[in-house]
Amino acid sequence: MAGATAKLNSYRTGPDERGHFGSFGGRFVAETLMPLILELEAAYTEAKADPAFHAELADLHTHYVGRPSPMYYAERLTEHLREKAGGKGGAKIYFKRDELNHTGSHKINNCLGQILLAKRMGKTRIIAETGAGQHGVASATVCARFGFPCEVYMGATDVERQAPNVFRMKLLGAEVHPVTAGHGTLKDAMNEALRDWVTNVESTYYLIGTAAGPHPYPAMVRDFQSIIGTEARAQILEMEGRLPDAIVACVGGGSNAIGLFHPFLDDETVAIYGVEAGGHGLDVYNGHAASLTGGRPGVLHGNRTYLLQDADGQILEGHSISAGLDYPGIGPEHSWLKDSGRVTYVPATDREALEAFQLLTRTEGIIPALEPAHALAHVARLAPTMDRDQIIVMNLCGRGDKDVFTVGKLLGFDL
Amino acid sequence: MTPSTSRDPHPAARPATRIDVRLAAVAAEGRPALVTFITAGDPDYDTSLAILNGLPAAGADVIELGMPFSDPMAEGPPIQASTLRALNAGQTMLRTLDMVRAFRAHDAATPIVLMGYYNPIYIYGVDRFLADAKAAGVDGLIVVDLPPEEDEELCIPALAAGVNFIRLATPTTDDKRLPAVLANTSGFVYYVSILGITGTASADASRVGDAVARIKRHTDLPVMVGFGVKTREHARSMGAEADGVVVGSALVNAVRDSLDAEGRATAATVGAVTALVADLAVGVREAHVAA
Ligand SMILES: Cc1ncc(COP(=O)(O)O)c(C=O)c1O
Repeated sequence: MAGATAKLNSYRTGPDERGHFGSFGGRFVAETLMPLILELEAAYTEAKADPAFHAELADLHTHYVGRPSPMYYAERLTEHLREKAGGKGGAKIYFKRDELNHTGSHKINNCLGQILLAKRMGKTRIIAETGAGQHGVASATVCARFGFPCEVYMGATDVERQAPNVFRMKLLGAEVHPVTAGHGTLKDAMNEALRDWVTNVESTYYLIGTAAGPHPYPAMVRDFQSIIGTEARAQILEMEGRLPDAIVACVGGGSNAIGLFHPFLDDETVAIYGVEAGGHGLDVYNGHAASLTGGRPGVLHGNRTYLLQDADGQILEGHSISAGLDYPGIGPEHSWLKDSGRVTYVPATDREALEAFQLLTRTEGIIPALEPAHALAHVARLAPTMDRDQIIVMNLCGRGDKDVFTVGKLLGFDL
Repeated sequence: MTPSTSRDPHPAARPATRIDVRLAAVAAEGRPALVTFITAGDPDYDTSLAILNGLPAAGADVIELGMPFSDPMAEGPPIQASTLRALNAGQTMLRTLDMVRAFRAHDAATPIVLMGYYNPIYIYGVDRFLADAKAAGVDGLIVVDLPPEEDEELCIPALAAGVNFIRLATPTTDDKRLPAVLANTSGFVYYVSILGITGTASADASRVGDAVARIKRHTDLPVMVGFGVKTREHARSMGAEADGVVVGSALVNAVRDSLDAEGRATAATVGAVTALVADLAVGVREAHVAA
């Protein structure tokens, strides 16, 4: 097992030049796309070394997105969980508030970086896949801002359960293609986006929404999302004078999580938790979307990573209450962080997420997205086991406006 | 893990395979080859095996047998649907290999190339897969999502096992990249004549001729042209520009059109496919005259 090997000097040096994080990652794509992926890698390497690229991105972060996002001490939630712990334990809970970003989630961080890259590369058309619709909205937003036509692939099931976001994308001028293949969720949308890309390689930039796909996407999306962890680290040092004891984020494809985690990976005293969608429970076949804790390594969508699949290597659809976590894969760096033992991955069920959603709404007046509600479900388990002077930072990566209809239905409200 | 060599260490030493022998024989006839694709297990195992068994007599020179995968990223609606029919009928990797074995029991000459995506092979286990495929009588592999950058995964072990690894070259594979794509390719080169997925557009033959000529400047291997070859007329015009044509979506559509309202095979299913193959076989023979 990789976890048993000697401790690494740094967990922050991957991937290698072929896009491998240990045995994960890589470039498993059709030949038509391969030249494009090499071109993208070259363009990104060049942009990364260009101060003007970073300056433009930083300016947009400040004036368009509203960064840095606040670090917020959730005092009432902390006290609530302390009471539940019988007044003994109960860590202090902080939220990194990326739900306050323009467009309502962390997805905009990645979209701005990639749209600037698409512009540098002279591309004239943007395509994207989306699950919850947050990445679709963020993509449509940056396309409106930079004057690109935008087409978004979205599973037909998700189109239905995330209707407000579909309307937002349309308002922003994007074309939304419902995908009926498979079960009409995120993986099917990604297949369809890849099919569009091989058909329109020359004009089109594929704006992937999470830290997955073929190299260089996992590393590039991580870099664009790492602003979350970089800010969080500086903010908590300033507010508390020390590093947190634990950091927590939900993992769908893994972009908000790797964005928070990456700047902390070499801080040995910081425990790191990634929370997967446990759906109906890990013991229910095809009833969850927990690739890391309930799947095994395979190859899909351009990389080797943990996948939900059957004994014959056919990919399962999975299930989650949250459209943004309903993906049978996971970014390859997370697979490596799991096997290396640096990050602990745990599931939270639909029911736990729904409870956490309501808890946060009532104690702090913040309606979270269902995705970070999974992270919160684990925080609610974790905090009472920790001391009062310990600190947890959780990435509150999205706001819940998009989910109120789904939640209302589940709670029996007629909206 | 396989040791990382990025080149087939003994390319010249490999003995001729069934693919090499068959394509040389077809070339000696002075006509392009007809390569036919069907999905293993579509619409069910028995019907699919009957189709497979009927292909050589109908005029197929080489058979590509699709290994169904839940997420066929490079396929258009016809092969997506065909894959789903096969999976819904219970097709697995073991049953696909069984089909090849059953075919080989009475046909020792027609080459079979398994075509698909890497994950089902990876999960079956690369070494076990190569051993079982070779023993069943498989001659070559086409794995869509294994570009030369990932040659250590399957390509190098396949060559060592005496199985041809056939690579796709596409309109985006420029002269700079072609040598890398061809380096470990054997059997033949599959030229994807359009930018896009299977079962959609067709290229025009003159462009295909230029592309094939470009590839031939880099290799002595036969070049087969696929994507968008649907009719006898395509087989003739595209065939005249290459060493052979690959037909897939049109054949799986023939399966689809022959099914009953519940999606089950009918008495017409096998004949629908073999009749189309026979028609295409006339096309490649007309290309001989046209060329
Ligand atoms: C608010 C929110 N959080 C999390 C996710 C999951 O994606 P990732 O794991 O890449 O952060 C999504 C995806 O749509 C999302 O909208």
